[in-house]
Amino acid sequence: MKSTATTKKQSSTEINKQPPGRKILDIFKNWEFLLLLLIVAVVVVNAQLSPYFLNATNLSRTSSDFMEIGLMMLPMVFIIVTGNIDLSVASNLGMSASFMGLLHNMGVNIWLAALAGLLLGTLGGVLNGYLVAKVKLPSLVVTLGTYAFFRGLAYGFLGDQAARNYPSAFTFLGQGKVGDTLLPVSVAIFIGLAIIFSLVLHRTTFGRQLYAIGNNEEAAKYSGVPIDRIKFIIFVLSGFISAFAGLVLAARFGSTRPDNGTGLELSVITATVLGGVDINGGQGSMYGAILSLLLIGLLRFGMGLLNIQSQVQSTVIGLLLIVSIFLPHIGGQIANLKSTRFRWKTALAVVGVLLLFVAFFVFFFWSRTPVLEEIFG
Amino acid sequence: MTNQAPEYSSNQSRKKFNLLDIFTRFREVGIIVFILILVVAVTLRAPSFLTINNLTDVLMNISILVIVAMAQTMVILTKGIDLSVSSMIGLVSMMVAFVLRANPDFPVVFSVLLGLGLGAILGLFNALVITLGNVPPIIATLGTLSIYRGMIFYYSQGTWINSFELPQSIKFLSKGRVLGLPNLIYIALLIAIIVYLFLRYTRLGRNIYAVGSNPDAAEFAGIRPQRIKFIVYLLSGIISGFAAVLWISRFESAQTNTALGFELQTVTAAVVGGVSTSGGVGTIPGVLLGALLLGIIQNALTLIRISPFWQLAAQGLLIIIAVISDKLLSRRIVRTK
Repeated sequence: MKSTATTKKQSSTEINKQPPGRKILDIFKNWEFLLLLLIVAVVVVNAQLSPYFLNATNLSRTSSDFMEIGLMMLPMVFIIVTGNIDLSVASNLGMSASFMGLLHNMGVNIWLAALAGLLLGTLGGVLNGYLVAKVKLPSLVVTLGTYAFFRGLAYGFLGDQAARNYPSAFTFLGQGKVGDTLLPVSVAIFIGLAIIFSLVLHRTTFGRQLYAIGNNEEAAKYSGVPIDRIKFIIFVLSGFISAFAGLVLAARFGSTRPDNGTGLELSVITATVLGGVDINGGQGSMYGAILSLLLIGLLRFGMGLLNIQSQVQSTVIGLLLIVSIFLPHIGGQIANLKSTRFRWKTALAVVGVLLLFVAFFVFFFWSRTPVLEEIFG
Repeated sequence: MTNQAPEYSSNQSRKKFNLLDIFTRFREVGIIVFILILVVAVTLRAPSFLTINNLTDVLMNISILVIVAMAQTMVILTKGIDLSVSSMIGLVSMMVAFVLRANPDFPVVFSVLLGLGLGAILGLFNALVITLGNVPPIIATLGTLSIYRGMIFYYSQGTWINSFELPQSIKFLSKGRVLGLPNLIYIALLIAIIVYLFLRYTRLGRNIYAVGSNPDAAEFAGIRPQRIKFIVYLLSGIISGFAAVLWISRFESAQTNTALGFELQTVTAAVVGGVSTSGGVGTIPGVLLGALLLGIIQNALTLIRISPFWQLAAQGLLIIIAVISDKLLSRRIVRTK
């Protein structure tokens, strides 16, 4: 069972058999439209909640906070479209930035150090690509291994040290603006790359071949798609872009620590999957991914303005990720219920589960207070 | 993800006895040889390695890992993965620790039951999302990994529970000694034996293997794959809840970053121990050895004075080596058959 793809296909075909009136569910098929609606909703709600939300300076500043995620998302869309995954992107970011920081601390010219960082990140991508494409290991396991390996190297390079005092010519990459406009340099780079990646995915043979691999690898192989080479290329690309994102992050912070970007892979994958790219491959568009990045960015910015801790924000993003896959499926199932007969067993199970969750949250909120003392005294 | 079916070569004559054959058939032999080489090498550099005290330390350090790796193994056997174990441990241990701080006389049995119950509810949520919502396990548990971790921060408001705020009785749960060994080691061994017997001799246990190796065939054989998956994620939550109570007992604290990154270690122990991420393959003794290998490497790195900062890199390298050697050996074996 493929998750969203099949779900959507199933619900749409079955809906067509139904009499008209159920057509409203077809809107789930157009994922990008739904995302656009959500973005509008988030903007409206946030603008009501905080007067600082619709402020050009604020928006420009906050947009550069999401560029590392955005940059790494671009090759991630390629990889997930082929049905693979790269969990090592954030660790690669940390490794490359730390290597650059180490060289900078040793007194190497910053541009040489940056180049070395880019090279190391690309090498990391080569390792992933070699193991996935040539040794034919599952990408999940390979990148889980390199996820630890790269992050470990980052700690190995810098230990408990930090690299700082980057020259302003370098930090311009993360902090500067294009000319006199409010547009940050990193955002401009992202927009340029996003256009290139979109064109490659949707307008070239290479892009079509990515979908072909994701839909049916065997069939693609027999139609002459160079599967191994393509997989190798996209993992190397992912390594290179992750390293570049590492430089952008270092430039934005003005310093590097080995734990830079820990956990960002989750945000990258969330943005990709929320954008409608099927985790099993073969479906999705770059536009959807970019829209979902925008949605996540606005949501996090809004929550930040409301003084919500960043870890709690992650909870909301995580829920969004699950709900975005969960709801369409459940909606489709309910819409396709063959009989409307009331079933005691199902109803009891639903009530039981709900009660359990309610009990959990009652406990969650009350156990912090001394209420329990009276009960267990 | 992508799963190559082994390409069987034409029927060549089968060799009578092949060392390689033993290595592949019995994954455990390979790990034991590796462990022995490592032990000899480390002992040469640091003789203090082979002392009762140090070996007890090694076992003590991997006990909780072994327990959670059992859950992870069952999940991976069904071709899934549970990345949220670390956050479940963190959240449950924080909640139990808060209750213990408010009620120092709270009996240990109740705290264990509380941990099991809370873990079960968190596992239930995973199970529902994965089976009912048809969300791929890696996405679902990646989501709950951050959901549960965020809930820890919300729950504790960033505070910690320290050793002096916890009652003695809970600390005794893992630190008390029977026959000179800490309780925790016995508990881990007991859980491992139970899971071993469960997977080997019960119908449900066999069904877990069946669902992992071929879900379609399992369905035709009358097994409901969704139900098996549901049970596996529920069990993973329950075991994580239990591990959470042991975690409080062992480390005498509950922090917002409790067990951060622990999910990776459990997956490493399982994968190094020969559990295939494409499902249906793996044994409990193998996972025990995998966890032991991890424990010895961590201990050895400290003893031979390699900076702890390199430990994570060593662990990652180990996963990569384990999967590559698996792949190469199985290729060889297919060819020599």
